[in-house]
Amino acid sequence: MSWWTSPATETQISHGDRFWLYVVAAIIMLLLIIPTLIVIPMSFSDSQYLEFPPEQWSLRWYGEYFDSTKWMRATVTSLQVGFLTLLVATPLGTMAAYALFVSGHRFAKTIFMLLITPMIVPVILIAIGVFYAFGRMGLNNSITGLVLAHTAMATPLVMIVITAALRSYDLNQERVARSLGATRIKAFFTVTLPQIKFSVVTAGLLSFLTSFDEVIIAIFVSGGNNATLTKHMFAALRDYIDPTIAAISTIMVGVSTVLLLATQFIDRRKK
Amino acid sequence: MPISPDIETPMLHGQELQSQKKREEWVLLGLSLPAIFVIALVVILPVGWLFYLSFVDGHGNFSLEHYQKMVEYKSYARVFITTFKVSALTTLICIVLGYPIAYFLAALPSRWSGIFMLAVLLPFWTSLLVRTYAWLVLLQSKGLLNDLAIQIGLWDSPVKLVHNMTGTLIGMAHIMLPFLVLPLYGAMKKIEPDMMQAASNLGASPVRAFFSIYLPLSVSGLVAGALIVFVLCLGFYVTPAVLGGGRVVMVATQITAILEHQFDWGAASALGVVLLLATVLVLYLAGRFFKFDTALFGKR
Repeated sequence: MSWWTSPATETQISHGDRFWLYVVAAIIMLLLIIPTLIVIPMSFSDSQYLEFPPEQWSLRWYGEYFDSTKWMRATVTSLQVGFLTLLVATPLGTMAAYALFVSGHRFAKTIFMLLITPMIVPVILIAIGVFYAFGRMGLNNSITGLVLAHTAMATPLVMIVITAALRSYDLNQERVARSLGATRIKAFFTVTLPQIKFSVVTAGLLSFLTSFDEVIIAIFVSGGNNATLTKHMFAALRDYIDPTIAAISTIMVGVSTVLLLATQFIDRRKK
Repeated sequence: MPISPDIETPMLHGQELQSQKKREEWVLLGLSLPAIFVIALVVILPVGWLFYLSFVDGHGNFSLEHYQKMVEYKSYARVFITTFKVSALTTLICIVLGYPIAYFLAALPSRWSGIFMLAVLLPFWTSLLVRTYAWLVLLQSKGLLNDLAIQIGLWDSPVKLVHNMTGTLIGMAHIMLPFLVLPLYGAMKKIEPDMMQAASNLGASPVRAFFSIYLPLSVSGLVAGALIVFVLCLGFYVTPAVLGGGRVVMVATQITAILEHQFDWGAASALGVVLLLATVLVLYLAGRFFKFDTALFGKR
């Protein structure tokens, strides 16, 4: 029996009978992937104009990018803010997720809902609110302000990843450790944390990416010497199109791919 | 280590234990304080401030003028209609395109689904600015799509595909699709294959089995995904601003325009408040039909 006539599902429909599904799925997946990856060949074009496929290849736009103080400074800011957000949001979100998961307090659910509000409130509203409030506090255009805002955006994601990990972990192990004399803190660090460490790493990568890719808050709150890569990119896309963006986009796709493959790898290790 | 005989366990009263437990619960709650502080500072306080500003006129007195304008001026109605239209159409496109790939992925053995899943996850993890830029290039009048369409004879001269509604919908659907596929895939993975087998054994055709077993069981995931997409679209800014080229004015675009050109915090805040209320209303209505817990963490 060939693959074509062999049953594909429990309802005994054959692969041949539902070949159309494979074709449809393949087309849609190509539509998802191509626009994501097309910036890569585009970035090696020699032309001023956006053309695809490029007629001549060159590294010209990478040269422009690496030679520009504006882009370099923005890249450093974005990396710095992303890294600081990772360092702040990961412990903050992990602590909160653990606390709310373990504590049976009647407020726990309410606090959880409060802490995931950044995912519910439209980002544009947060952005102008933060712009207004930070203006009063003198935090606009500062790294501190941006890290604070991005931490608020990343914390709910960290909490969701960690809560999911705690749900599939048997908390009795921690109780055993404590009944054998370990303090709660020691029990957490020696028994619980090692078992959810992969999720903590995933949560950290997610917080970095949340900050690194964030556009709207950055447009309002960052500026001057501390403008982020995304803020400059957005301005460039809206007002004039500079092919340097193709080079920067390629680098950003590279960063996302590496982080994504890292989480996939971690996922495999977990199992 | 032998248990030391000095411990007088029976001395602990039930009441004392109870209060100890209470104290520990509070201490644990305290661990969430830093997160509460940051979110209060960045979200609760500023949004509350905007809420207040939306009810105050130029002289600092209570007034409903900003909300009144929204009802009276036709331009506002147009913005709300555009926002709703773009969000609803994007959600619809995502359902039509997302269901087949989620179904395809869910039916694959895990060895293969992991690889094909990257087609959904890579765009999901890639900056939406990058993807918006790619569409800007692909859709322009001398872009790849127009070239291709002319070559195969779909149309004769370049069609305007970007800086209008078409471009906005294409870009938004591309960005939102993973948000629909991921929860839907999760729901489909939980459907017991035995159920389909049972339907088949009892004489249902594959099509009938799909419509009376599989589809109803996957609806919770579909609703969750569609809801996420719709709500995200309501407040979307970047893609309509770039691919709409000023012709597709949604609420978020209007808010920034008011701030940039008129510097009118009251009017911008009032629009933001309406946007927030619309979002909460949609989530509330949907929450009556299904549980968010399951969508966020998966079933236990």
